[in-house]
Amino acid sequence: MQLAHYLGLLHRAEEELASAYREIARAHADDADVFHVCAMLAEECDAHAERLGPFAARYGEEEPDEPERLHSELFGGARGGPLGLLRDLHDLYLMATECDIAWTLVEQAAQGARDEDLCGVVAGCEEETANQLRWLRTRMKQAAPQVLVVAG
Amino acid sequence: MTDRIADPWGPRTPYGRGEPWPVRVDRFLADGVRAEDVDRWVQTASTLHSNGDALELAVRDGRLVGVRGRAGDRVNHGRVDPKDLYGWQAFGSPDRLRRPLVREGGRLVETDWDEAMERIVARSREELEQPGGWGRIGFYTSGQMFLEDYYTLAVIGKAGIGTPHMDGNTRLCTATAAAALKASFGADGQPGSYRDVDHCDAIACWGHNVAETQTVLWMRMLDRRRGPDPPRLLAVDPRPTSVAKEADVHLPVRSGTNVALVNALARELIAKGWYDEDYVAAHTIGFERLRDVVEPYTLARAAEICGVPARDLGAAAELLGTGERLLSTVLQGFYQSNQATAASCGVNNLHLLRGMLGRPGAGLYQMNGQPSAQNTRETGADGDLPGLRNWDNPDHIRQLAEVWNVEPAVIPHWAPPSHAMEIFRHAEQGSIRFLWITATNPAASLPELGRIRRILARDDLFVVVQDLFRTETTEYADVVLPGATWGEKQGTFTSVDRTVHLSEKAVDPPGDARADLDILLDYARRMDFRDRDGAPLIWWHDPESAFEAWKRCSAGRPCDYTGITYERLRGATGIQWPCSAEAPDGTERLYTDGRFSTDPDVTETYGHDLKTGAAFTAEEHAAKHPDGRAFLLAVDYRPSPEVPSDEFPLLLTTGRTVYHFHTRTRTARAPQLQAAAPEVWVELAPGDAADLAVEEGDVVRVESPRGAIEGPARITGIRPGAVFVPFHYGSWDVDGDGAPRAANELTITAWDPVSKQPVFKVAAVRVTRVAAATGPAPAPTTGASAPLPEARVAPTTGAAAAEASSERVEG
Repeated sequence: MQLAHYLGLLHRAEEELASAYREIARAHADDADVFHVCAMLAEECDAHAERLGPFAARYGEEEPDEPERLHSELFGGARGGPLGLLRDLHDLYLMATECDIAWTLVEQAAQGARDEDLCGVVAGCEEETANQLRWLRTRMKQAAPQVLVVAG
Repeated sequence: MTDRIADPWGPRTPYGRGEPWPVRVDRFLADGVRAEDVDRWVQTASTLHSNGDALELAVRDGRLVGVRGRAGDRVNHGRVDPKDLYGWQAFGSPDRLRRPLVREGGRLVETDWDEAMERIVARSREELEQPGGWGRIGFYTSGQMFLEDYYTLAVIGKAGIGTPHMDGNTRLCTATAAAALKASFGADGQPGSYRDVDHCDAIACWGHNVAETQTVLWMRMLDRRRGPDPPRLLAVDPRPTSVAKEADVHLPVRSGTNVALVNALARELIAKGWYDEDYVAAHTIGFERLRDVVEPYTLARAAEICGVPARDLGAAAELLGTGERLLSTVLQGFYQSNQATAASCGVNNLHLLRGMLGRPGAGLYQMNGQPSAQNTRETGADGDLPGLRNWDNPDHIRQLAEVWNVEPAVIPHWAPPSHAMEIFRHAEQGSIRFLWITATNPAASLPELGRIRRILARDDLFVVVQDLFRTETTEYADVVLPGATWGEKQGTFTSVDRTVHLSEKAVDPPGDARADLDILLDYARRMDFRDRDGAPLIWWHDPESAFEAWKRCSAGRPCDYTGITYERLRGATGIQWPCSAEAPDGTERLYTDGRFSTDPDVTETYGHDLKTGAAFTAEEHAAKHPDGRAFLLAVDYRPSPEVPSDEFPLLLTTGRTVYHFHTRTRTARAPQLQAAAPEVWVELAPGDAADLAVEEGDVVRVESPRGAIEGPARITGIRPGAVFVPFHYGSWDVDGDGAPRAANELTITAWDPVSKQPVFKVAAVRVTRVAAATGPAPAPTTGASAPLPEARVAPTTGAAAAEASSERVEG
């Protein structure tokens, strides 16, 4: 069963997303909403990773070797300025998208494995991840015209 | 005669449930002026708070000499707030701005209107010619101008320039009221009527010190409390306000924990069966989710988070859950605090659960703080679109484009209009280069003032300030425009309970000062804004024609004004919107049939996630099938963005006194009001004061991570661990290099994710003793700043200079 790999992938993606939220919150602390919301979403990702932990351990016992090239690198560090903020939020969006689709696939697998506990975890976390995407989209839409058209 | 400084609420006129509130006409005339000396009485309404009390100004020899209440008006039945009794004297102040000022060699010098306006127009054109020129221009307005001024400003900004960067200081005051009304009910607009006080059997004041902020509403509540069959009263406030002292249940909750409180109360209503299952089933969406979210908030858990006894929470739930007619009023203790929109929606939830809307006595006020805040929001002079329209609904944008005869693409609707803190952020980053500030004083009123001053001082930012007086903000201006004020110009404005009043011109403004509307019309003319057929975009020319233009824009929307005319407003009482052919006499209560403004084609918003502020799409909203039902919305409690630490162990909250309004530009110039509360003070609880070795009147230093202020300590019954500083005191009326005293030196830059209202009520601070007292603190003894009973402090009085009459009139 390869589910363990996907659980591992998702676990790591949530951890990476949490750390990217933290770094971007610090880098853009003068954008107070970005600072506060990103700090809050980092905690949300921490909680997701924590809730996945027991399942990763359980399925890990049946784990074959991890295939190559399973993880991707989406974030290369925070940038400065208004355009940098837009690009950083864009990166977060892509990272959250990776989590979002991974949750969907894990949910499919959880159903196949008849694992109701895992299905329950997925339902809560998937909704929060979808909401993270919604916030990132809202915030980027708000910022884009000023950054891309107005600022010199 | 009553000294209304010593007794801000005047004599009681008790009445019973369902009876009409007795008429009591309050009057104050300048020293030596008798009633028979008055040449004429000119109708208006109050502009020093949000209650919308109908008044008449006394004029003699072309000058204001006094004020009285309008006996026949539905809002106040003749009563007058103390700020209104004395505040009009400020307008005759010798330091009124009389001529425009422009900056020359770093100094502001007098000039004429042509020169001042041409500088504004030249800079506007220069910015507009750049790529994305619309985005270089911003407007920051007020909650204190008139409807006609705001609507004209909104059309200039949204159809003339096409900028999304327009907001009001209403963002600081009632953005959360609007956000909570939109989130729960689909659109802005208070469900209730002031007459609900006459019919209710329970009143809940949520973070609302109504005794000091809306004194006339409090008089009405007190008169019910003194009459037969009085309503029970709940107060949620960390300070020992007059409301808290009067209340049957007082919850002095820890600042920033309101969501835990409302969640626990909702849970208790559900657990005890104190909710209306039929109403919930027929008229709401989201009950199951609400029940799941609030389930962990037992009274015991909320007691721990909020720092109040569980039995008091239980008593509050009983008070809310067992009456037949519940009236709630919500204000800054919720709006300017942590999780503001979620907490305010939590109050809406309680009313929806109990079906306490749309019936006499079953009412809800998501209060305003300023006299015309409602109009700023309705007309779209803030982060809203005119007529309570939805920026994300293409049909609403088309409607506006038709009303204005412009291309829809001109109207900025690609994202929500920018909120105040975002406008200042763009200026800080240099992309907004022109900022026109009307009738407000951000250099004293915005959070974290050091940062705001740095932004306003930027070389690349052209600042226009339109005001009555020099203020902290005018000192950063490139052009200062002298405005005419209330009593010197004509226009309308709308109270919390949607009552529209006409304010007539009584006297001429001083010097060359001009009405705000005239200034804006002059700008539009000079900028030559045109519609798509080449005709002038702004075709109106005076207040009444501006009102008629606004009526077209409001037609068919929840705030429909089409049935109102200036002539009708000259009758005995104001008229409540919506007022149209279908409701020719206006509408006392909204949602009487349980149908809300939530349908996709009506709603002002598709909704937000209350935790992050993420916007839902049209599709997501439609998928909920609102079908005219209200939304029950709940989220988990989260601690404030700043909580006490070892270094900053106390929690600062800021607010008002009954004697002052905002940054005191008017009230400090009324001698009775200024004498009643002349200087800043710092309220401390007795135990905290003892720990700091501070006694009444000792000078203390209050420090946050962002700044420090000094002021004398007033020891009161405030919640332990809390520190209160009034936000009225800036620097415009002090000389030299004294210690700063503006509360906003301390506050944090953070805002609610949905309403974008700054968080003024939660900042971690430390307090240290600086010097021994030279006397008691200069804080009033009348309201929440009253000293402890054992302290020897002379009572606040106004003596003979403050004597006003209150005459009971038999109806």
